[in-house]
Amino acid sequence: MKELIKKLTEPYGPSGREEQIRAIIRAEVESFADEIRVDTMGNLIALKKGTGQGKKMMLAAHMDEIGLIISHVDENGFLRAQGIGGVDPMTMSGGRVQFADGTVGVLAPEKRPEFRKEPDLAKLYIDVGATSREEAAARLGQAVGFLRPFTDMGQRVVAKAMDDRIGCVVLVETMRRLKISPHDLYFVFTVQEEVGLRGAQTGAFGVEPDIGIAVDVTIAADTPEAPKMAMKLGQGPCVKVKDGRMLAHPGLKDLLINTAEANEIPYQLEVLAWGSTDAAAMQLSRGGVPAGCVSIPCRYIHSPSEMVDIGDVENAVKLLLALLANPIEI
Amino acid sequence: MLLENLSNAFGPSGSEDEVRRLLARALRDKVDDLQTDALGNLIAFKKGTGPEPRMKVMVDAHTDEVGLMITRIDKDGLLGFRAIGGVDARLLMARGVIVGEKRLPGVITAPPIHLTKPEQRQQIAKIDQLAIDIGASSADEAKGLVKMGDYAAFDTRFEVLNEEGLRTVKGKAFDDRMGCAVAAALADGKYAVDLYLSFSAQEETGLRGARVAAYRIEPDLAFALEGTICDDMPKDKDVSPTTELGKGPAISIMDRSFVADQRLVRLLVNQAEANGIPYQFKQPGTGGTDAGAIHLSKAGVPSVAVSVPSRYIHSPVSVASLNDFDNTVALMKAALLALPGAWN
Repeated sequence: MKELIKKLTEPYGPSGREEQIRAIIRAEVESFADEIRVDTMGNLIALKKGTGQGKKMMLAAHMDEIGLIISHVDENGFLRAQGIGGVDPMTMSGGRVQFADGTVGVLAPEKRPEFRKEPDLAKLYIDVGATSREEAAARLGQAVGFLRPFTDMGQRVVAKAMDDRIGCVVLVETMRRLKISPHDLYFVFTVQEEVGLRGAQTGAFGVEPDIGIAVDVTIAADTPEAPKMAMKLGQGPCVKVKDGRMLAHPGLKDLLINTAEANEIPYQLEVLAWGSTDAAAMQLSRGGVPAGCVSIPCRYIHSPSEMVDIGDVENAVKLLLALLANPIEI
Repeated sequence: MLLENLSNAFGPSGSEDEVRRLLARALRDKVDDLQTDALGNLIAFKKGTGPEPRMKVMVDAHTDEVGLMITRIDKDGLLGFRAIGGVDARLLMARGVIVGEKRLPGVITAPPIHLTKPEQRQQIAKIDQLAIDIGASSADEAKGLVKMGDYAAFDTRFEVLNEEGLRTVKGKAFDDRMGCAVAAALADGKYAVDLYLSFSAQEETGLRGARVAAYRIEPDLAFALEGTICDDMPKDKDVSPTTELGKGPAISIMDRSFVADQRLVRLLVNQAEANGIPYQFKQPGTGGTDAGAIHLSKAGVPSVAVSVPSRYIHSPVSVASLNDFDNTVALMKAALLALPGAWN
């Protein structure tokens, strides 16, 4: 599992530029899928057919990560950028980024004392080692993601893009271990979640599921001076009750809870004050879809060092396997 | 010139009839079908010459402009109003406007400089402190001329500023009458693909017309045409303007509303280079276009936006270059002629 997490978190893939990570995930799941395709927006859709009489289910995890897009190349070859998704300038000074072609850049602030007082993306630039505008001109419009190595701390692991490559890991592992299910399962690795749940919106329209479940990260509020929420690392995957844009379908939520309890899988309830997931987009597709979310508690979300508990990830897979093995009525 | 007539036409979001009429008249004999839908989108269809099944290409430009709506009639005959779309309140005082179905001229109030204290002059009047004066001296007189819910548009006449060089022109509503004029110019061509020119309503109030038009048309590809931000004025620091006048059509890679389909960006760049058409990239990150609504239609539509750089959009007067306009038409024609072969 840890090798898979490393394999999926390190590659490049900011929103709108998911080709590389999609190819890696495709290679992981191709042999488990009865059908596999890429839709118009770039979502990777892998179908595992059910034995029959089941539901049509869409399980979504997003491949894209937050990043930056180069908006200006100055006369000395330094690059300026705008954000892709919810980037936090405070996490950037001194950091490194990677381009699609593997080029590395350093994020640096103008005037450090000012940046310390007020971190501002407009006061950051990227240094790729170019010495002139001509040398770096082609970078205009290119996107970058954070560059950090996966780190194994034992029970905990740290990487950039756990949001939501860890969700992708859970789906890959579920596909790998799933023996038999009555349901037609569409494992959808979505694009452009971080810029507005866009891949999930069009993906759900195309798949037309009876039920939608997203697998994403949620805030682990067990760090110093954390906002008062219930989710903690190591207490099990979270069954989402509500977040910033969605009230989970109560029947689906209860089913997830009952499945966890019946199979003695630790779980937590998640009420998230803000933020949202692909589930919110699935819920409003066409005439509406019962939707829910299994969330992996994660510290330091939208920083280059996101931390999850391996036990929570394992238990999320177990929860999904238990759910999908049986008929579903909600 | 159609662009001149379009720029002068009255058309705040929700009241685009005059613009639609102009376009319908211009296109009637050049297209196979013309329809207006429930939201006021005017959709012109040109059947392709290629074999079936033909690719469906949607070219979108929005007919509406930012404007004002009358919300109250004061006892002194002045008209209170609100903004329709992203109107910059700083640019309203003392402006000339055209009001209502009778197209009455009016002026947005401003206290004379003699009567304002220096501190007052530092502040920007909020919209609810302003009013439109149509010369009525009482509420009764005003009520005979206008009613609540009437629209007002900026009163600006189109003019050519320079016949040579950049061939600059000034007028209102280049966002997006520029796009409309480009789209209308495409009706002259003969294409292998089925072409849907969607002159969409209510973009400025939330990309609303385009959302509905795309749902009905179900295009395979979409191009959104705009008049876009051009802030190429001298700056202290070495920063990129969003676009620059005279550098050609601006291709969007990403903005607040969408990530452009990379294949369509490549198609446009290849066609520009093959045909010697100057082009630029719109600086990623700012603004939104109808492509934002179109690309999310149903199961998704590969989309891109192409814009004519226009200084001072969303103000009473914009400035653009007819060279950029001509090059945008040329690029779009080349792109449409290259389809469907050049796709994928």
